[in-house]
Parts: sequence; structure tokens; C-alpha cells
Amino acid sequence: MTRTWWKTGIGLVLIAIMLFPIYWMVNVSLTRRDSIRRGDLVPLDFTLEHYGVVLSEQGSFLATSLLVGLGTVVVTLAVAAPAGYALAKLALPGRRTLSFLLIVAQMVPAVVMALGFYSLYSRYGLLDTIPGLIVADSTIAVPFAVMLLAAFMTGIPKELIQAAELDGASTWRTFRSVILPVSRNSAVTVALFAFLWAWSDFVFASTLNRGGGDLRPITMGIYNYIGAQNQEYGPMMATAVVASVPTAILLIVAQRYVAAGVTAGAVKD
Amino acid sequence: MTSSTLTAPVPQVAGRARDAEPGRRRRRRHDRWMAVAFAAPLLAYLVLFYAVPLIQNLSMSVHGYDRNTFVNGGAPFVGLDVYRDVIGQDRFLRVLRQTAIFTLASIAVQYVVGLALAVFFQRSFRLSAVLRGLFLVPWLLPVIVSGTTWQWMMNADTGVLNAALGLVGVDPVWWLSADNALMSVIIANVWLGIPFNLVILYSGLQNISPDLSEAAALDGANAWQRFWRITMPLLRPVSLITLLLGLVYTLKVVDIIWIMTLGTGTSQTLATWSYGMAFGKGTSAVIQYSEASAVGSILIVIALAFGLLYIAAQRRQED
Repeated sequence: MTRTWWKTGIGLVLIAIMLFPIYWMVNVSLTRRDSIRRGDLVPLDFTLEHYGVVLSEQGSFLATSLLVGLGTVVVTLAVAAPAGYALAKLALPGRRTLSFLLIVAQMVPAVVMALGFYSLYSRYGLLDTIPGLIVADSTIAVPFAVMLLAAFMTGIPKELIQAAELDGASTWRTFRSVILPVSRNSAVTVALFAFLWAWSDFVFASTLNRGGGDLRPITMGIYNYIGAQNQEYGPMMATAVVASVPTAILLIVAQRYVAAGVTAGAVKD
Repeated sequence: MTSSTLTAPVPQVAGRARDAEPGRRRRRRHDRWMAVAFAAPLLAYLVLFYAVPLIQNLSMSVHGYDRNTFVNGGAPFVGLDVYRDVIGQDRFLRVLRQTAIFTLASIAVQYVVGLALAVFFQRSFRLSAVLRGLFLVPWLLPVIVSGTTWQWMMNADTGVLNAALGLVGVDPVWWLSADNALMSVIIANVWLGIPFNLVILYSGLQNISPDLSEAAALDGANAWQRFWRITMPLLRPVSLITLLLGLVYTLKVVDIIWIMTLGTGTSQTLATWSYGMAFGKGTSAVIQYSEASAVGSILIVIALAFGLLYIAAQRRQED
């Protein structure tokens, strides 16, 4: 093991370079307004005042993002879990076509979806509403969720399902009491990604929820600072730090779910 | 729903025992209906929230929408006029070229750096799992967060990049000016994409058996030869999939570009052009929904063309 210490050293240098922008964001967020432009490597002129601004100005944006994220998780799982079961274990006609459509759906540019949604939403009064944004955000996650859940459920032993059926369980009962509990880890991966994508979404929030006032998500809270007459980098970076909290939690609590999610879409073992 | 379906299959089980053949057929038909019922929410969802918006987008691109007809209706059908108009503009070819440069440069650099890191992490060492996890951060961070941070770092007067360049005696770069904007958004986008490439290529490397490489080492091949003659050829299917998927994802990028430069200067791509015409900040007087939809439709065609290549590549790998 002593032979690999140099690799750890190089790895630390590489990660320091890679994560420098994030350090810089934290650094700026902790520096007093007048000293930000000096660009000190550490927050010499230390302050927490920017975070005070975040708490007083961005609270409703954060609450909206939380609501939209959770709503997206619910919609995504409700649509994707039964469909994943149908694709994996039930005799669904046209299974290959549906899988093909799900891959294609993931390649549709968000800006095109936003244009379509914008026109429909303005006709039906769904612009600047939270349910409208939840539906749009869920389109980012649903195809991925169905494919990930179906891939996992395919591996569930047939005997498990047959045993449930012999006990007289209906398809729905089997799904609820056998399939769902066994698939818990995949469902957690799906939920985490659906939440993170909804939380991070910029294109749908900036098109479908532009005029939403306080009912806009945190990405719009940050976007407000951009292009303003006197760009306030302190509060902006502090908001960015706060908006990164779900990412941090995800990495600390759920790293193995994350790695599973990244590879699931592209490479099969 | 739960209580009514709970008892349903019980008489069927009894029926099968009494009379096997019709029972099995009935059973199969029941299974098929069950499958459709379980997939029904997804099918309805795909129609309502994918097909309908896409058709709506297509419809907007063949009607002459402006601010007034968008709100009040009555936009006239104009056939392919909007497409002709968009493609006929001087900037169309320029934007197309910039889109190609943005996409190809991004995925090329992401791939090379991602692969180098994947090889670096291939054999585990102290802290390697933790460091690999930390490399995911740029990918998981909301793009608005990284975009604003890069914009600040690239500030010409007070940005840290120019300060660093100054230390080694290089003149400050006007990163976000019209001419340099493309290079700057590529740098930020590469940074965003490295984690994805690292994870996919790392898992690809893990699936390559070390036996061949070890045998070649015994035959006297050095590390460089082993990498180029053994690892790379074996990694080719995964590489192809990584690059094609990166291509499709990069083509449709709006957020990082828009947040850093609002798509100004050389950083305008098909995706940001479309976005800007419909939703641009502060330009609501000249909203062009039909033009935006037409550019969006062109973008879809390009993305799907490469998307089908990706699907073909993946099918071939699975067989």
C-alpha cells in the first residue's frame, strides 16, 4: 500500500483543481461585499451577512423548490413503477417499441418541450403554477425511471412472484407487497435523481414559471441576480451554496445510489 | 382498487384445475390486460406530456405566430415559410458551425480527460473511492450554480482566472466577449461533463478482464503498449456509446451557455438561439415563437439522427 501514496497525492491535487470553482463560490459567499473584488484566496474579510440575505429573501423560493422536487418524485414514481413492472414481468404487447420510445424521449431537447408546454400552458392557464412545473419537470425523469426500474425488476426471481400468486395474490397485490419492497433501492435511486433534476431545472423554470413571483423555484432566485444593473455576487454565491445542499446530502448519504444511476442509463453489465 | 382486484385470480386458479386449456388461454388474456393496465398511466403520460407538446411545437413552426396571435389565436398557416426564413438567414450557418464546434470540442475533451481519470482510478489506492465520489460533484450541482460561478471566475476585471494568468505574466483575457464566448462556455461545459465520462468509462474498464493485459505484460509489452493495443480496443463499444450519448446531450444544452453569456457572440448554438427567440431576457418586444419552434424542430432532427446511431450501437453491444 505504501507504493500507492503518490497516487493519493496526485488524486488530491486533481480533485483540488476540479473542485476549485466550488471552493471559490463558498469563498466569495463568505467575503464582505467591499472586499469581494479583491479576490483573496481565503475569506480574510469574513462575514455571514450574505447568508442572512438568503434566508430573508430566498426562503419562499427554497420552499417552492422543495415542493416541486417532492411533487416530481411522487409523479415520477407513480407513473414509472407500475410501468416498469409491466415491461419487466408482465406480458406487455409492444414491449420493444415502448423501450425504444423511452430512449428516444430522453433525447428530445428540453427547449423544444418548453416551447410546446409554454404554448399549451398559456392556453389552459397553467403558466406560473406549481402543478404545471411539476408535470414538466417530471418529463426529465420518467423515461429514465421506467428504464431503471424495469432493468432491476427483470432480475427479480420468477419464484418470488409465483409464490405470491399461489397464495392467491392478485397482480396488483403481488406488485404492492412483493415487487415494490424488493425494488426499494432502485426506487430510492429514481427518487433521488427525480428530486435533484427538478431542484436543478433551469429551462422549464425560466420558461413556464417566469412570472410566478414567490412561487418560483430557487434556480430563478439565482437567475434574478444575473444581468441585474449592479450584480450582487455575495448574496448570489450564498444562494448558490444553499442551492447546492441537496447535492451535498446526496453525495454523503447516497453515493452508491448515485453511481448506480449514472451507469444504469448507458452501460449494462 | 386494492380490495376489488385482490380476490380476482382466485376463481381462475380453481378454473384451471378443472379445465386446463381454456383456463390457460383466459389466464393469458387476463395477464395481457393486466400488463396493459399497469402500463396505462405511462402510455397516457407519454401521449399527454410528450406527444402533445411536441405536436404543438411542430404546429407552431408551420403557423405564423406573433405575440398577438399567440395570446388570441388565429395564427395563419404558412407551411414551410418559417423554416425557409430561418435557414435563409445569414446567421443560420454560423450558428450551425458554432453548435458543431461546441458539441464536438466538448465531447472530445470530456472524453480524453474522463478516460485519463478512469485509467488513473482503475486500480484502487488509498482514498480512491472517496476521490472518485468527489469527482461527481460538478455533474450533480445545479447548472445555475456552476454557471454563475464560472461567469464570476471569468470576469475580465476581477475574475480569479485573469488574476492567475497575471501571476504568470499573461495578459488578461476577455473571456465572455463576443469572440471568446464560445471557448469559455466550452471550458465550463467540459468541466460539467468530465464526471459523466469518468463514471461510464471507469465502469467500462472494470468490466475488462485483466488477464489479457497481464499476459501481454509477461510477453514484455509495456504499459503504453498494453493500453493502446489491448485496453482501448476492448473499450471501443463503451467509448462509442459514451461519445454518442455525450453528443446528443451536448447538442441540446441551453442552461450553461445561457447563464454564462445569454447566447451572445460566438456562444450562440441552435438550442440557445431557439430559447432566446421565445424566452430571451428583456427582448420580449420581438418574441418569435414560430421561428423558435422551427429551430427547435431542426434541432430535434439532428439530435434524433445521432440518437438512432446511439441506439444501434447499444443494441450491437448487447447482442
